[in-house]
Amino acid sequence: MLHIYCPHCAEYREEEEFRPKGEAHIARPVEPEATSDEDWGNYLFFRKNPRGLHHELWYHAAGCRKFFNITRDTVSYQIHETYKVGQQPSVTKQASSSKGAAK
Amino acid sequence: MSEIAQMDLNPRGAVKSESPLAMARVNVALASSARDAGVVVREKPFLGHLVLRGNAQDEAFRGGVERVLGLALPLALGPVARDESRGVSIQWMSPDEWLIVVPAGLEFEAEAALRRELSGHYAVMNTSGGQTVLELTGPKVRELLMKCTPYDVHPRAFPVGKGISSVFAKGSAVIRRVDEERWELVIRRSFADYLYSWILDAAEEFGVFVAPAEPAGSAERRIVREVAVEGH
Repeated sequence: MLHIYCPHCAEYREEEEFRPKGEAHIARPVEPEATSDEDWGNYLFFRKNPRGLHHELWYHAAGCRKFFNITRDTVSYQIHETYKVGQQPSVTKQASSSKGAAK
Repeated sequence: MSEIAQMDLNPRGAVKSESPLAMARVNVALASSARDAGVVVREKPFLGHLVLRGNAQDEAFRGGVERVLGLALPLALGPVARDESRGVSIQWMSPDEWLIVVPAGLEFEAEAALRRELSGHYAVMNTSGGQTVLELTGPKVRELLMKCTPYDVHPRAFPVGKGISSVFAKGSAVIRRVDEERWELVIRRSFADYLYSWILDAAEEFGVFVAPAEPAGSAERRIVREVAVEGH
């Protein structure tokens, strides 16, 4: 079981309390009418599925019922950080590219 | 003050009130008395439950709640603000959500008082009919909770006074530690008889006793009436 730090409750909770909600930082096109079908389709349906570092949206379903983001390694399952929606991750692929290449 | 039609969900005397556990049956061997039991289960039915939403950064909002309830709004997960003598408590549920529990029959007045005192972007919802409180007392309650929830109930992680919500018996519950050996569960109506059966089944090995529920008497209502009108 993962032990996940909820940035709203400010403590570690069991994975059982949370629900994963897929890729984080998906911005809705500002002008849907002016967006091409391909871009709209990409926005709605296409998600990254990287091997390694991934930013995900999670939901604290049994606790504070707030959404927040997790930077997680999809290979090792290691959680690098959790942060609130609206904030930017401090651990990114660019920041740890040397580490990623070593794997 | 908001222009809003407010309904008294439990008008005094007009309709018969039934606890969510009114139909629950006990299918385990009970201890012969509370003294022999490791866990004593007692329902506290008909309490007033209000869900309050609002901006914790707003000083006027915090001040309004404090004027009505006489308790400061908790601003983070941790101790439940509680006045045992008046039977009023406020629990932090989320950065913009609180659970207010007031004595039976007082929820209508408490909600009206909050609506009088608060303004702007906030919400108060009377959820009294949707949930109930179970009180668990006894030396084995902590062991019972360890069987029910993944949350760490060790005093290190769960000191007296704290209140959280977590997974409980495949469902969910609000868990509050009132005293060393006294805990409260706030459970949903739709889960009430399931959780009640689960708790009795899980507590059977420790010796479990079901104490009669506290009657929501009219005398009690009169005493606590003072709380809601405080500040007017």
